[in-house]
Amino acid sequence: MLKARREQSILPNYIILTILALASLLPILTLFMNSFKTTVELGSNPLGIPQIWHFENYAEAWEVGRYGTILRNSLIITGGTIIGTLTLAGLGAYALARLKLRGADLLAFYFLVGTGVPAQLYIVPLFIMWRDLNLLNTHLGLIIIYCGLSSPFATYLLRAYLISLPEEFVEAARIDGASNWQVLRHIILPLSWPGFVTAALVVGLSSWNEFLFAVTFLNTADLKPISTGLYAFQTRYSRDWGLTNAGAVIMILPIIVLFLALQRRFIEGLTQGGLKA
Amino acid sequence: MTDYTRATPMSQPVPLGQWMMLHIIRPLGRWAFVLPLLIVNAVVIIIPSVSGILYAFTDWNGIGDANWVGLANFQKLFQDPIFFQAFTNNVIYTSLFLIIPIFMGLLGAYLLAGITHGQVIFRLIYFIPYMFSSVINTQIWRYLLHPRYGIGAELAKYGITFLDFPIFGRRDTALYGIVFVDGWHWWGFLVVLYLAAMTQVDKELYEVARLDGATRFQQFRFVTLPSIRPTLIFTMLIIFIGTTLVFDHVYILTGGGPAHASEVMATYLYTQAFQNFDVGYAASIGVMLALWVSVPLSIFYILRRRGWEI
Repeated sequence: MLKARREQSILPNYIILTILALASLLPILTLFMNSFKTTVELGSNPLGIPQIWHFENYAEAWEVGRYGTILRNSLIITGGTIIGTLTLAGLGAYALARLKLRGADLLAFYFLVGTGVPAQLYIVPLFIMWRDLNLLNTHLGLIIIYCGLSSPFATYLLRAYLISLPEEFVEAARIDGASNWQVLRHIILPLSWPGFVTAALVVGLSSWNEFLFAVTFLNTADLKPISTGLYAFQTRYSRDWGLTNAGAVIMILPIIVLFLALQRRFIEGLTQGGLKA
Repeated sequence: MTDYTRATPMSQPVPLGQWMMLHIIRPLGRWAFVLPLLIVNAVVIIIPSVSGILYAFTDWNGIGDANWVGLANFQKLFQDPIFFQAFTNNVIYTSLFLIIPIFMGLLGAYLLAGITHGQVIFRLIYFIPYMFSSVINTQIWRYLLHPRYGIGAELAKYGITFLDFPIFGRRDTALYGIVFVDGWHWWGFLVVLYLAAMTQVDKELYEVARLDGATRFQQFRFVTLPSIRPTLIFTMLIIFIGTTLVFDHVYILTGGGPAHASEVMATYLYTQAFQNFDVGYAASIGVMLALWVSVPLSIFYILRRRGWEI
């Protein structure tokens, strides 16, 4: 009796945790199920399982939501941002972690201030600058912005990774006469790829989801990525819930698949990102 | 290969080429790795931020000439009832976020810390909505809170009629609806952070508390909470910053309406800049936002530097 008391029942834990889990899952489940319904069925069966699974919603959403175009745009923007950010951050992190850089503290402070500045302070001047540089309504323009926004965090994350690498490999290469660049290329990169994967996931997710800069800097329908493309789709077809739900599912499907496959890395990267930015 | 790193005795004159290599070319070579990063960051963030501060003192409309108007924009701002409304809404947004998601995050994490079977799967489920973009959350909840299709309509069939009205279309509910949607997608992130902090807590502390006859709540209050205080304070800081700058959910769900009832500073700034083309005025809102965000940030960093464990 005494023991049972001290052990404490964990049944209430499971009950409350399940309720919380349902609060997270049921809305997502409704989105999935309603992406297979026609507008007529939504009227009579707004929250249940579809009577007939209308897979053609997806084909139609693909067509009217112009998913061929917006998915391509998103892939260009996300891919460009990942490559750009990892290049910038990889070089920077290497210098900060491995080369004795004078003024490294100052640099850390610079990034602290740089990431702390709210977008609202600079988005309007940046818009005007991009207009004058003819970078408005170009994918390159948005990619440069995303690289600027995400590179401090990626540098921070990669630096932590590089510091944890054993010094001996680098020393050995140096004795063989390797240059800074060769050390980076042949020693550091092959050893630190997990850090790069984590950084790529975080950077990729945030540029895939980003809304404020995408809606401000890309107005042409042909150039929009999936976030603002879906927004435009929602606004125009606000009553075709089946279609817009299918459109939303197309956007989250790759995220969910990647997350389930690489959840440790995702959670690790995103929690560090949240704590830093 | 010459070893340039070997110190040259002071008494001997150092060859210029060797001196340059040691003090200029080498350090510059190292900085070359950081330079691209610095340039992109300066172009995207630092330079426009400085311009933003300067614009705040002008009447610029985005094209043509700008006139220096001193503090006129700020005087206007302090007398602008819509800005005051937006600021108040931000304060409400922040306060609600500091209470509800933190409560749910602590609850979820504390319960998760007490179980072993299924911990990973629950954590995974709570985390999924955090990864959704604002356009997804709004798509989900605009439907579920729709007066004809959503939860409210379903409840109304059973005579429960408190939810079957357009939440985002009414002045007194629009803001709270937005906070709910944003909070739904965000609180799971806190679970993960708090759980990580809670697993670091020394198990023996709980053992001692239990032997002293502490209830579960007392264990939480006197063991867990003090132990995770740094994480707790840090999340409060992120929440303050995030909710002060909130834009997406408001812009998509209500656009700040109806009649500015859910206006926040970021959406008001956006309207001033991109619809009214009052770049100077928008910049002054941006400066106010930056100042407001910097208050808790500075307090936090000063206290940390003084060695406070927060």
